[in-house]
Amino acid sequence: MSAMFTADEAAEILDATLRGETPDERGRFGPFGGRYVPETLVPAFQRLEEGIRRYLHEEAFQQELQRELREWVGRPTALTFAAQLSKSWGAEVWLKREDLAHTGAHKINNAIGQALLAKRLGAKRVIAETGAGQHGVASAAACARVGLPCSVYMGVVDMERQAPNVDRMRRLGAEVVAVETGDKTLRAAIDEALRAWVTDPQGIYYLLGSAVGAHPYPYLVRELQSVIGRESRQQMLDQAGGLPDVAFACVGGGSNAIGLFYPLLGDDIELIGVEAGGTGDGLGENAATLATGTPGVLQGAYTIILQDDDGQVQETHSISAGLDYSGVGPEHALLQAIGRVRYVSARDDEALEALEELCVSEGILTALETAHAYAAARKYAQLNPGKRILICNSGRGDKDMSTLTEYAARTERHAGA
Amino acid sequence: MQAHDRISAAINAATDKNRPALIPFVTAGYPEPQEFIDTLKSVATIGDVVEIGVPFSDPMADGMTIQRSSFVALQKGVSLKWIFDELDAAQGEIDVPLVMMSYLNPLLAFGYEKLAERALATGVCGFIVPDLPFEESDQLRAALEAKGLGLIQLVTPVTPAERLRTLCDASRGFVYAVTITGITGGDAGLPGNLAAYLDEVTKISRIPVCAGFGIRSAEDVAAVGNHAAGAIVGSALVEVLERGEDPKPYLRSLRHSAR
Repeated sequence: MSAMFTADEAAEILDATLRGETPDERGRFGPFGGRYVPETLVPAFQRLEEGIRRYLHEEAFQQELQRELREWVGRPTALTFAAQLSKSWGAEVWLKREDLAHTGAHKINNAIGQALLAKRLGAKRVIAETGAGQHGVASAAACARVGLPCSVYMGVVDMERQAPNVDRMRRLGAEVVAVETGDKTLRAAIDEALRAWVTDPQGIYYLLGSAVGAHPYPYLVRELQSVIGRESRQQMLDQAGGLPDVAFACVGGGSNAIGLFYPLLGDDIELIGVEAGGTGDGLGENAATLATGTPGVLQGAYTIILQDDDGQVQETHSISAGLDYSGVGPEHALLQAIGRVRYVSARDDEALEALEELCVSEGILTALETAHAYAAARKYAQLNPGKRILICNSGRGDKDMSTLTEYAARTERHAGA
Repeated sequence: MQAHDRISAAINAATDKNRPALIPFVTAGYPEPQEFIDTLKSVATIGDVVEIGVPFSDPMADGMTIQRSSFVALQKGVSLKWIFDELDAAQGEIDVPLVMMSYLNPLLAFGYEKLAERALATGVCGFIVPDLPFEESDQLRAALEAKGLGLIQLVTPVTPAERLRTLCDASRGFVYAVTITGITGGDAGLPGNLAAYLDEVTKISRIPVCAGFGIRSAEDVAAVGNHAAGAIVGSALVEVLERGEDPKPYLRSLRHSAR
């Protein structure tokens, strides 16, 4: 992908991004993005775009959003110095604690923002998709908070591996719709939510959970998640006495990553996104979209996707439901193409190891998604000693207990054999 | 005559005979790839235009029937290239104009110029691309128009009046009027205000208007036929094929109570 732009073109695109000119009025991040949706949804997308223009940066809306973020979500979230990790990695490691946000992950930043917007736009009900269940829980909670009915579409494979979150969503008053079609994970859940939206494009608000899909979602989600990067930047200056040398975030669709990276793009900070390397490099064995994918259109956006030569989207594998996705947000595709962000991957077993290390050294049970960022950061620290490292601890790992237990049991059996 | 004019002409010929045009839809290679051409030939004896569905892994505008048929076809190795190869081999055996329904990504992967060339050579006169709105369609439209092929626009009951005019002007072959706000294959019946909506689209469009989504019975075809030039029958026909039945008696039955 590095051949897509010359160095001058890449620098120009980065400048435009820093000036706030991406996406353009057609929803493009350079060549990526756009709006590829069924005609029935076009007026709904136009209304959403208009609503964002009218409300998102308006003072009354921002006041309400800031109050909810402060008093209900619990922002700002802490920045934690990881003393033990720093020592064992030979680095200075700082953690942005999105796991401490209400409902346990960064997803709530976007969910409450969009729920407030849905209310402003006069929606009758909200639908959402979820992979790991974190966005589903966040949406259920945010909808309860603003008083809107909520239905969450979730693949049956994910319902099984994230069972506690299914129960949480239901207790928060949401309907959980089991998706049996397609790959039965996040991609199928998005397809099914889109199908539901088409039945009532005027009454339904689709609360999309990642920086993916058709314009204006990648923009809207970035705006709502950028609070992560803005807070982190200030906290690093205040607590660490300076900006980090490098910042890591895991990337599925890429919402916590764009939230962390976007406010740091203009700084002299190396930015690294970490995708799911699954069990190996073969097609279908991972979800390392940016590393191995090619440009195409999936679920509304022109971006990098995992596909075969015929343009059929490929199934993915990751131990973490939240990274198990065949596409990636279009802005990440651009940031990779201009070389501003580097994208690497971490395998299932590396993520599990990193998760265990973080548990015992810092007393933090992180989400399996987030653990991928640690695995990559740890490797980086070995090769680049003495760096100041910022990691977005995007969510907590309570939801992953059944996967962790199963893995431990499997390892024990293995060791015993 | 450009290729897309063949589509309009076939629909107008039905109108001249005082009956609604019938456009059967089949998922390519479903239920069995080796039956594809025979199925096409069979439905072409009754259909005025035949719509071929290119299977896709993420058919977001389709209901269960077409999703299922798409996945089975993909599993059995159906691809756009395979479809063109089959059509090539059957050259001259199907004389009705063909249109292709495909999501955008398989067309992108194939390459627009090669797509237009192969379509023209195999009797495919137009394309329906359900996830390509007008605003994103310049490149594909240009590649198709260079060969006289049509990009068929969809309009829906929630399309605003001004946009409706833009879409009707841009469409070639026919205008695809989606009957419902929903996905394909619904069985909730056609909406009550369908007549006024179809009349409106027909008034605005300079080319024939055909209605699709949720059309299952002779009554549906007749209801649509009073206000549009033709009817597209997709999921209901795919269900017939799924049961392993001959599609001809079903398609003939749709004609019977026609006006």
